[in-house]
Amino acid sequence: MTNISQTNPVLDVKNLAVTLTIYGRPVPVVTNVSFQVRAGEAVALVGESGCGKTMTARAIIGLPPDGARVGGSIQLEGRELTTLSKKDRRKLGGSRIGFIFQEPMTSLHPTLTVGAQLCDTLRTHLDLGRKEARDRAAQLLDRVGIPRATAMLDSYIHQLSGGMRQRVMIALAVSCKPALIIADEPTTALDVTIQAQVLDLLKEMRSELGLAMLYITHDLEVVSDFCDRAVVMYAGDIVEEGPVASILTAPHHHYTRGLIGAIPAHDEDRKRLTLIKGQVPPLGAWPAGCRFAPRCPRADEVCLKHPALEPFEESAVRCWHPVELKKKETSTLG
Amino acid sequence: MGKYIRRRLLHALPTIFIPLVLVFFLLRLAPGDPAVQILGDNATPEQIAALRTQLGLDQPLPIQFLLWLKGLFTLQLGDSLFFHKPVLELIPAYAAVTLQLTFFALVIAMVIGLSAGIAASLLRGKILDRGIIGVMVFSISLPEFWLALVLIFVFAVTLRWFPVAGYVSFDEGVWASLATLVLPALAIGVRQAALLTRMTRSAMLDVLDEPYVTTARAQGLPEATVIGRYTLRTAAVPVVTVIGLSVSYLLSGAVAIELIFSLPGMGKLLVDAVSRRDYPVVEGSVLTIAVTLVVVNLIVDLVYAWLDPRIRLK
Repeated sequence: MTNISQTNPVLDVKNLAVTLTIYGRPVPVVTNVSFQVRAGEAVALVGESGCGKTMTARAIIGLPPDGARVGGSIQLEGRELTTLSKKDRRKLGGSRIGFIFQEPMTSLHPTLTVGAQLCDTLRTHLDLGRKEARDRAAQLLDRVGIPRATAMLDSYIHQLSGGMRQRVMIALAVSCKPALIIADEPTTALDVTIQAQVLDLLKEMRSELGLAMLYITHDLEVVSDFCDRAVVMYAGDIVEEGPVASILTAPHHHYTRGLIGAIPAHDEDRKRLTLIKGQVPPLGAWPAGCRFAPRCPRADEVCLKHPALEPFEESAVRCWHPVELKKKETSTLG
Repeated sequence: MGKYIRRRLLHALPTIFIPLVLVFFLLRLAPGDPAVQILGDNATPEQIAALRTQLGLDQPLPIQFLLWLKGLFTLQLGDSLFFHKPVLELIPAYAAVTLQLTFFALVIAMVIGLSAGIAASLLRGKILDRGIIGVMVFSISLPEFWLALVLIFVFAVTLRWFPVAGYVSFDEGVWASLATLVLPALAIGVRQAALLTRMTRSAMLDVLDEPYVTTARAQGLPEATVIGRYTLRTAAVPVVTVIGLSVSYLLSGAVAIELIFSLPGMGKLLVDAVSRRDYPVVEGSVLTIAVTLVVVNLIVDLVYAWLDPRIRLK
C-alpha cells in the first residue's frame, strides 16, 4: 500500500462478473465490468434498477448475496481483493472502503446509539480507548454538521431527521479516513433541499480527505454536478463510459440517449419526455447479442452479435452504431 | 421509565381481577356442594345445612360475592374447606414446587432453544439447520404426557437413574430434590425448547437480512460483534415474548405433568381443590397464578424496554 503515485487508481475493477444461483441455475447479473476510480475523483455508476450497479458495489465491498459467484479482478490501492481471505477482506471495510447506503433509517441500527455505532467502527480499526473513541465520534458528528454533537452521541436513529440520519451514515463511512467511498443512491430517500445539503457535504468530504468516490445513482442530473466521469450500465454490461459533461451533452449509446431523454429538461421547450420502448429484460433472459437491441431504434442484423466496449470520441461505448457527435440528428427515439 | 412501569402495573389490575371473578361464579354455578363433599354421602340434611350456614354458602350469591370481594381486598382468602388451614399458609409450599419445576424446564428450554435457534439461523439451509428443524418439528408434535411416560419408562424404570415419581424437598437434600425434578422438567421443557428454537431461528433470520446488519459487516466489524451485538439485540425482542409465554404456560399448564409425577405443585393443588369443591383454595390458587403471570409479563415488558429504546422513550 506504500508509494501509490497520484495517477494510480484507488479502485481498479477488471472484468468483474457476478453470477447468482437462482433455482439452482447460474444467472449472470454483472458481466465484464471494468472501470477505475482515482483519488479525489468521483465516478457515477448509472443505470435503471436491475442493471447490476448495486451488485457491482456489493461485489467490491465483498458482501455479494448468498450463493453469488464473483469473477474478475478488484484492486484497491494496488492490492488484489478477490484473493484475500474473508477475514482480511472484512477488515478493509470501514477502514479503506466506506459505504453509504440509500436508506439511513434502516441501514443504521435501531436500538444502538449513534455514538455506540460510531465507536464500534472506530475501535475495530483504530487503536483507541473508550474515551478517545467517543471524543473522535463527537468530532466526526460535528464535522458532518450535526449540532450539539456530544449530546447527539446518545441519541437513537429514530430520533433524528432524514438529513441528520444520512449525515450520521456519512460520518460512519468516513470515520477511519478510507481511500474509497461507495455511495449507493445516498440522496434518493431525502427531500430535494436536504439532497443538496448532503451532496455538498459529500463534496467537502471528498476534497478534504482526497477520497475516491463511486456514486451509484439512477439520476443523471445528480451526476452532472457532482461527478467527473460516468459509467452507464445496462443489463449487467457497461454500455458507455466517459466524462460526465460529454455523456450528458452528447451521449453515444442509444440507451444513454434514452436515459437522458427521460429526464425532464428545464431549458428546452420540449413538450413530451422521450421514453425508452419496452422494458429491461429480466435476469437470465438477456439477448445473446447487444442486450439493448430489442429496445433500440437503430438495431439491425449486426446487433445480434455482442458489441465490445470501444473507445469512441472522448468516451467508450458498447454499440455497433454509436451516435456520432457531428451528425446531430433529431430525436430518433420515442 | 417509572411512568412506563406504573402504566404497565395499572394494566395488570384487570388481568388479575377478571379471572378471579370468573372463577368465583363458575365454581358456584357448577354442580356439586362443598358441604356434601366434606361430610360424605352419609351426612344428614341437617348436618349439611348446618355446615352450609357455617361456610356462608346459604347466603344469596350477590352477598357471597360482596363478602368474597371484601376478603380479596383485605387478603383474607379464608381457610381451606379440606385442610382446615388458611389458604395463604397452604399455597407457598405448593407454589415452591411449581416454581422450581418451571425454573428447570425454562433453563432446559432456553439453553437448547437459544443455542439451536442461533446455530440454525447462522447455518441457514445447511445440513445442521435442516437437522435442527427436523428434531424441532418432531419435538413440537410430542404430547407432553406421552413424553413423560416414555421418560419414566426409559430413565426411571429401565435405567433407574431417576425416581419414578414423587418429590423430595430441598431441605431433605439438594441432589435428591433435583433428581425428582429432572424428568418432569424435561417432559415439559423439550416442547418449549422446540418452540423457542423455531422463534429464535426465524427472528435471527429476519434480523440477519436487515440492512443495518449489512452496514455492520460493510464497516468491517468482526462477525462475533455483528451477530452478538447487532443481530441478537433486535432478534431478542420476539424471543423474549415467547419466553414470557413459555413461563406462563409452564406455571399454569404443568397440571398433567405434576399429576403424572405426583409432584405436590400448584397444578395438583388446583385440580384436587376443584374436585373437592374447595372454593377458597381454588380462588387462592387462581389468584396466585394470576399475580405470578402479571409479574412475568411485567418483567417481559421491562426487558423489552431495556432492549428497545423506542419502547422506553415513547
